[in-house]
Amino acid sequence: MMKSQQEETDFEVRSLDTMCLNESNLNHPWWYNFKYLAVGIVFGIVFVKAEIISWFRIQEMFRLQSFHMYGVIGTAVVVGAISVFLIKKLKIKTIHGEAITFSDKKFNKGQIYGGLIFGLGWAVTGACPGPLFAQLGTGVLAIAVVILSSIAGTWAYGKYRDKLPH
Amino acid sequence: MIETITQPWPWYTAGIIIGLIVPTLLFLGNKHFGISSNLRHICAACLPSNIPFFNYDWKKESWNLFFIVGIFIGGIISAKFLGSEAAIVIHPDLALDLANYGITDFSGMVPKQLFSIEDLFTLRGLIMMVGGGFLVGFGTRWAGGCTSGHAIMGLSNLQWPSLVATISFMVGGFLMANLILPFILSL
Repeated sequence: MMKSQQEETDFEVRSLDTMCLNESNLNHPWWYNFKYLAVGIVFGIVFVKAEIISWFRIQEMFRLQSFHMYGVIGTAVVVGAISVFLIKKLKIKTIHGEAITFSDKKFNKGQIYGGLIFGLGWAVTGACPGPLFAQLGTGVLAIAVVILSSIAGTWAYGKYRDKLPH
Repeated sequence: MIETITQPWPWYTAGIIIGLIVPTLLFLGNKHFGISSNLRHICAACLPSNIPFFNYDWKKESWNLFFIVGIFIGGIISAKFLGSEAAIVIHPDLALDLANYGITDFSGMVPKQLFSIEDLFTLRGLIMMVGGGFLVGFGTRWAGGCTSGHAIMGLSNLQWPSLVATISFMVGGFLMANLILPFILSL
């Protein structure tokens, strides 16, 4: 009884967020996660090589001085959308034979308020959460402070989330 | 071949590869592309302190932490072996404007004259690094995702709330870059 309640709370907390609700029933050893590390490495290299993690490119984007970032995000969305469409249409399964599932995002006011706040931070730091880790990888030590501060920001949100409009 | 790799990559190459990460993660294990959740997993793992929002089994999401460690390693590899130290070519108007605030070094991915440990002890540096990071962490979690979770994964799955979030990101960014940042840079 206690356990199922715990699981329910878990699901509820997760469903309010963008976290995966699609838990696997397969029990893989932990090192299976290295495949995601490999994908991350490719992503990190693209981040640097295409200057997506460049503070200057982000400034150009928000000053409408360059098409670069719009091209990157736009192309990624088109490729992603076609892929998701095909996966749904052809009912493609994972490499372990599990069904691929999608969940709808529910609207809440946080997407506006939080979105605006993130936008403000994005233009200051020139990075969203992913690029921060790649910037640190390129050797800019001060970015560790930005990352720690972003963790603190997330923690503060968790602490005061009941008092915020959603 | 090597030269092609060491040159900066065009937007379409990057866009296609990033777009393909969406189906790759789905194929590999039904994982949805998203990064900012990691900040929450780190809170849940290190400092949950009885906050319901952080009391969940973060280990179930550990794939996501492997993913960002990969991004970090990717950053190291490209900086060390794939030649990214040349100054990037930026729009002349931006270069002129930044020079007004004493930013003249365009080498590397982030301006060394803004993001350094010494700058932490200036008001400008403190606002940009500590303040900026805080806004990123607080805002992404309130919005329920960042550029990857909403703008790329959410829009790929045709979710209209993700479009609302993406538009809000952009509005916030335009306000900051054009109206507020000039003031911060002049500090």
